[in-house]
Parts: sequence; C-alpha cells; structure tokens
Amino acid sequence: MQLIFERSKKGRHLSLFPACDVPAFELDAPKRAEAPKLPEISENELDRHYTELAKHAQGMNDGFYPLGSCTMKHNPKVNEQAAALEGFTMAHPLQSEADSQGSLEVLKKATDILCEITGMDNMTLQPAAGAHGEFTGLLLIKAYHKARGDEKRTKIIVPDSAHGTNPASATMSGYDVISVESGADGCVDLEKLRAVVGEDTAGLMLTNPNTVGIFDKNILEITNIIHEAGGLCYYDGANLNAVMGHVRPGDMGFDVIHINLHKTFSTPHGGGGPGSGPCGCKDFLAPYLPGVTVVENDGVYSYSKSEESIGDMKAFYGNFLVVVRALTYLLTVGKAGIPEASQNAVLNANYMKKKLEDIYPMAYDVTCMHEFVMSLEGMKHDIDVSALDVAKALLDRGIHPPTMYFPLIVHEALMVEPTETECKETLDHAIEAFRSIYEDAKNNPAKMHMMPMETPVKRLDEVRAARTPVVKYEFEN
Amino acid sequence: MNFPAELKYSKSHEWVKDNGDGTYTIGITDFAQDALGDLVFANLPEEGDAVTAEEAFGDVESVKAVSDVMSPVSGEVVAINEELLDAPESINEDPYGAWFIKVANVTETEELLDAAAYEAFCATEA
Repeated sequence: MQLIFERSKKGRHLSLFPACDVPAFELDAPKRAEAPKLPEISENELDRHYTELAKHAQGMNDGFYPLGSCTMKHNPKVNEQAAALEGFTMAHPLQSEADSQGSLEVLKKATDILCEITGMDNMTLQPAAGAHGEFTGLLLIKAYHKARGDEKRTKIIVPDSAHGTNPASATMSGYDVISVESGADGCVDLEKLRAVVGEDTAGLMLTNPNTVGIFDKNILEITNIIHEAGGLCYYDGANLNAVMGHVRPGDMGFDVIHINLHKTFSTPHGGGGPGSGPCGCKDFLAPYLPGVTVVENDGVYSYSKSEESIGDMKAFYGNFLVVVRALTYLLTVGKAGIPEASQNAVLNANYMKKKLEDIYPMAYDVTCMHEFVMSLEGMKHDIDVSALDVAKALLDRGIHPPTMYFPLIVHEALMVEPTETECKETLDHAIEAFRSIYEDAKNNPAKMHMMPMETPVKRLDEVRAARTPVVKYEFEN
Repeated sequence: MNFPAELKYSKSHEWVKDNGDGTYTIGITDFAQDALGDLVFANLPEEGDAVTAEEAFGDVESVKAVSDVMSPVSGEVVAINEELLDAPESINEDPYGAWFIKVANVTETEELLDAAAYEAFCATEA
C-alpha cells in the first residue's frame, strides 16, 4: 500500500479551518527556513488511507486476540460514551476545585474502588502506564528507606520469571537487580530467596499469579522473608485480572503496587492507548505519593499534596480520560461483576489449556490462572517448526498470535490469555485452529516457515526489520 | 556445533581466550548464538570499565529477547569489538571470531570448562 506521503499531491487539503478573518500578524521570532513537509491530502483520500492501514492490521475487532500477559479484553463502548462527555473533555487541569467537582469525584471514586480491590490505603493515578507505575512504586520504596536513614539498601530482588520491565524499572531507580531462579514448579524458590536477602535488600518485585500463569502458594512466606530482612514488597499488577475480587495484594503482604487500567479495567491499549498505571500503597508510604490525591469532606472534593511527596511523575492527574473509562467499567460490572470477570478469565484459560494439552506440551502441568504457557521445544527439535511458525500460522486463521518467547524461562514459549470476554464458540474456533496447525506442521513442516499466506502482507523479515529499520520517509529532493 | 579446543568456557555460554600477555578475549559460544537465534543488536561496555566475574558486562538482542552476556573474569576492559555494534550478525556467522571485549588486570576467574567438558555440558542443556 502507499504511504501517506506517497498519496500526497501538492495543493490538496482538508477544509478543517475557516478562512482567517483577522489581520495577519508577523511574530518577532525566529522563522523556519522552510515549511514542514506535511502530507497534502483530501479528506476522502485520508479516510481511505486509514481504512487501508486498518485492513493491514489484525486488531481486537478482527478476531480473537489471546496475547498473553496483555489482557486484551473487550473495551465496552459505554466507556467511550462516558469519556466523551463534554464536562470531561472540555475540563482544564488548571480550573479551580470548585469548577472541577465532577472530575475530582471521578478521581476520588476510582481511587477508592481500586484501593478496595487491591487492599491498598491510597493511590496515585498519575503514572501513564505499567512500567511508569513500577518506577513510581520503586521511588516510594526508595523515599521510605531514605527517610529512615537506611541508605545501605541498594538491591531489588526480582524472580527470573518477571516481566522485563521489573529489572528495567529497578535499574532506572538506581538499584542493583538481584535475579532469583524459579523452582521447577515455576514459583519462587524459597531457599534461593532466603540466600539473597539481607541488610542490602531494598525490596522485592513480584507478579502473582506469575508470568507462567500460576498462583504462588508460598506468597505469604515470600513477603514475610522480605519484611523480616527489612525490605518492602512490590506487586506488579499485570496479572490482576486473574484474581481481582478474590484475593488482594494488600492481604498477600505487599506494601506497594501498580495496576494497569488499560489491561484489567478495559481501556484501549495495544496502539489504541494511552495507558494508565496507578500506583497504590499502604498508609506508611502514602506521604511520598507523587502529584496530588483527592480528599472528600461533606461531599466537597479538594486536592491534597504531601510535603514529603516525591514530586510529579506526570503533569497534573495522569491520563484522566482513561481513568473515566476505567471507572465506567468498574461501575458497570459492579461489585459482583469484578470477581465474576476473573472467574471467567480463569475458566476460559483452563478450558483452552485442557483442549490443547494432548498435542501442545504445557510448560507447567497444573491448573492455571488466567493464562497458560505452552513449550514448543519438542516440535522445534523434532520437525523444526518453532513457536514463531505456529504464531504466524494463526494469522491465516484470523487469530492474533499469542505472546511468543516469553517468559524467558520457557523455551519456545507461546503464552495464551483468552480473557473473560470471549464466548465458547470463539475459544472452540481457536482450539480448532491450534489443532489444525499442529496437523499441518506434521504433514508439511517446511511450509510452516512461509506462513502467513492469506494476509495482506505475508511473512515479514523480522531480523532485517530489527537490524536495519526504516522509520522515516525520505523525500526525493 | 563447534567447540574449539584452545578456548575455555563458562556455564553461561561465554568463551575465554588467554592471549598469553595478561589479556583475555571474551565472546559468546556457538551453542549460545544458536540458542539465541538471529542477533539484531549487541550492547558493549566501554574501554576502562570494570567487569566482575559472573556478572553481566553487556547484552545481545535477538528477535525473541534481550539476554545478558556474563563476564567469566573480573578485570578491566581494554578493548571492545566495535564492529559488533554495526554488524551483530557476525556473532551468528562466526561466534569465535566475533569477540566482544578484551580484559586485562584480571583479579579473579570463575571456574571454567575445557572444550570437552563444555561440549558435554551443552549436551545436557539441549
């Protein structure tokens, strides 16, 4: 397809602005040497450009999207209606508290409900995404140790099954990362954990259920080991969709958490963002929270800022309209709907796992939570068909590939997270697709390296794309 | 798979060559490049940096993942192979030619394997 610059013809334009009806004024400021080279295109050509782009992509609205660890659940349209209300879209962050009572109420209600779900005492809605929330949480841990004059705590412990963002956030925060090997069951090895904790332990970062879709049964002992060593426990809320309404990170012994509104609470992500990664904490960390929090007195909402705050993580109140969407979701599904959603997420994952495990070996042979991980190591070894080949073949069947080659502790991993918003027919279609791909692979392994064959773009050269990426348009002159 | 006899090997799949002049050359093994797949990026330390045995000194990125490259010795980096930065594919093509760093002033070396022992170790990993 043509790029938008290739569609551009000099002099074409959209009629977005009326003719200027005030005298032109020359600014006393440095001028550009030449005008920016923006594409010149008519509105119908622009529509067609975006429609063509959409046809080249595989999105949520095209089919099943079981991208593990990403919780690609349906985003109800009512969320969009609420976020489009003029009272929200036309609000300005510098408006007075008195003029912003509705928006403040949204921030306060969202904070209260999310604190109730996670077992935290307070929360900032500022962070713009998950890793940003992690970074915020680690800065809270750092501020806590610093305030106590305990500055020898320089290490953050991260299991080797963790999301890559965990060690990255710890490094960003100035900590050294200590990686702990997982046991054969995919969970934290308690002996190995005990061996690395000490007076230099600032904290632990953990996801539960973990990245292989298993709830760590030793969680209370794990957080206890860290607390006894004087460290704090950080909960990565990436997998909260598996347990919300059933068990709370705060009750597992975690002191600080982040959650992903764009995953668990149905706001668009995967190119449709922006995200939102609120960071919650127990009372003793609340003074360090960034930005402002909202307090309510007799039905009147106002901002509150702590003297000991770590500062701002983002301008104003975070991605506010994402919070509006998440609150709409929370109020729509209600208190009974939250645990029901996670039950169905777990049920859907186990249903698919059970229907596939006779031909696709599971990395861990236990009842899973909201996602499961298959290892195609045997298939790769026996017939040279890799996890990548199977992922690509799914595209020919109208299914977005699962997460590939993650977690790193499973070789040739495919990680499938169906979410609760898919019906049985969709799951059955996906199961049938996986099974027929298995048959195709056995019958004609060489052909698997060419898939997908039915999509607008065929097998892409990912290595060349990564080695020599072309990320900008080169004009001819 | 290739296991040159003149090299020593770490269990984290790096090779070490004793240059006989107090310097050691370090790279990743044929087994490592094969397991990682096509490499698209290599991240190296700078000359003068200190490296510590059994700790990461750099990383390599494949289409699949980013992986740490561990140092089998403690010492000071005296040379880096800048060609890897522009041509990471050379690691896949010639893992024992595409060295990463040279280290001098070595104070500590982790327990390394000879070629036969490393080949046997790889057989258990595969």
